[in-house]
Amino acid sequence: MSATTLRLGYVPLIDAAPLIIGAEIGFAAEEGLEFDLIRLRSWAQSRDMLGTGGIDAAHMLVPLPIAQALGLGPDYPAFDLAMFISQGGQAIAVNAALAERLRGIGHGFGFGDAQEARDALAQVAGPSLRVGVPFTFSTQAHLVRHWLKGSVLEPRLSIHTVPPPMMADALASGEVDAFCVGEPWASYAVETAAGALLLAGRAIWNAPPEKGLVLTRAFTEGEPELTGALMRAVWRACRWLDIPENRGTAVEILSRPDYLNLSPELSERGLLGRLHVTPQGEVRHFPDFIRFHAGGANFPWRSTAALLARGIAEAHHLDPQAAMEAAGACFRTDLYRRHLRAAGADMPGASARIEGAMTHPTPVASEKGQMILGPDAFFDGETFDPPIYSR
Amino acid sequence: MPKLSIIVVERDRERALRIVDGLGGAEGHEIAVISEETGLARRITELKPDIVLIDIANPSRDVLEELAFASGPMDRPVAMFVDRSDEQMTRAAIEAGVSAYVVDGLQPDRIKPILDAAIARFHMFHKMRTELAATRAALEERKIIDRAKAILMKARGIDEEAAYALLRKTAMDQGRRVADIAQQLVMAAGLLT
Repeated sequence: MSATTLRLGYVPLIDAAPLIIGAEIGFAAEEGLEFDLIRLRSWAQSRDMLGTGGIDAAHMLVPLPIAQALGLGPDYPAFDLAMFISQGGQAIAVNAALAERLRGIGHGFGFGDAQEARDALAQVAGPSLRVGVPFTFSTQAHLVRHWLKGSVLEPRLSIHTVPPPMMADALASGEVDAFCVGEPWASYAVETAAGALLLAGRAIWNAPPEKGLVLTRAFTEGEPELTGALMRAVWRACRWLDIPENRGTAVEILSRPDYLNLSPELSERGLLGRLHVTPQGEVRHFPDFIRFHAGGANFPWRSTAALLARGIAEAHHLDPQAAMEAAGACFRTDLYRRHLRAAGADMPGASARIEGAMTHPTPVASEKGQMILGPDAFFDGETFDPPIYSR
Repeated sequence: MPKLSIIVVERDRERALRIVDGLGGAEGHEIAVISEETGLARRITELKPDIVLIDIANPSRDVLEELAFASGPMDRPVAMFVDRSDEQMTRAAIEAGVSAYVVDGLQPDRIKPILDAAIARFHMFHKMRTELAATRAALEERKIIDRAKAILMKARGIDEEAAYALLRKTAMDQGRRVADIAQQLVMAAGLLT
């Protein structure tokens, strides 16, 4: 039986690992698929390629399909997010001048305490705080807004899109004072001495979904077999990636010229959770800096969709209630249940939850009774009870 | 009809000139090129263009997306170009590799000739790129075949012509390309030495 080829778009970041590993370690072949991996250079390009049929599925920012569902984008056929494929992996960096001033007031660049980092930054920041993010609709933008909400920094904050490979330059040239970006681009800024790492994304929100597997609804409905096969291959790749012994191999594969085209020394920092936080080489260990599978990381909670949609609605003056409902409908927990049971995935009893409620790994009601979620708490203790029904 | 202000975002000077040329400056539009992507958002906001043209794979597109969604009262709205009545043109543009951002409210009949010209020009780039890649691949194959010939000449004590004939015959017998056979031979020889 010959394999069916699927064209998959990815942006070269360490969190593209599930698609690359799916192709390289044989999870695609196991499902009778061949992945034609297409490297893309912007999120707009990813969205346009998916929307016009240039690719079959994409490694995509989780909030991007939500924006499409809210009409914030070109008029393409509906997108579905079938599963999350990464969680965390972002870091906040500040420019060299701010880093110096932070050092001056005794900040230790611990990398893991969002409250302390925010208070320290508030002491040294200027009258405006320009923060770079990779895209308007990104988990990074959500994290930055959440982190500074209600603080003295909030009125000074402005968020600006900077393509990740240009983040370090933007920080060095003063175009932005700080940024929040996925690896390897935060480490790259440290490597070029453009700045220092202040905080891991997961220090703000313990379970920030970063990338999803996104397809058109025409595909998920017209090609259920292929959709299922793709989801299973990617899900198994995610599971493989969260076995600690495999991370080193993943670093080697991802670093190749065909994929990220980086020195393994740079790509391993995020994947191994050993971040150099300053150009002087201070290292911080952050276990689970990026997750691909553990703790129920793949399940596309409709409540997470609602939470992110509320943020987008507020920023773009849309009706939050309608936005939350529209977003929930494109997070396809039903596809997850239908297609991944066969791969052995445990299924939670509900498809929505109170976001931010778990400060520790928590067992939840599930089909096999083996599901341990989280933690997913926000640093400030906020919780979000979604006003939508689960299915 | 008032002039349109068009910005081409393109780092490569040669390409930028070709795009401007292809748009036919004679039609009396004002065309500016931005080749430096630092501070792109600020420069575009200052220039207030009617249309921005950019390579679909340019990472700076995401900066333009932000402008398109900016909703501050001082911002001039730049709508994303997807003329919802002309899906075909959108598709043609994406396939050609150009993406266009158009100020809100601009008439479709004013956009179309400009976008058509840009599509034609980007098609040409695409064709040139494909040809270049094909030339490179052919050169690469030539090198592999030369190496395979050298291996055969040495191993079997035959001349170059005979070595090529042998490669070709093997390829024909197996219904495969000479370059593929040569590749296999070079790889196998690498394992044996």
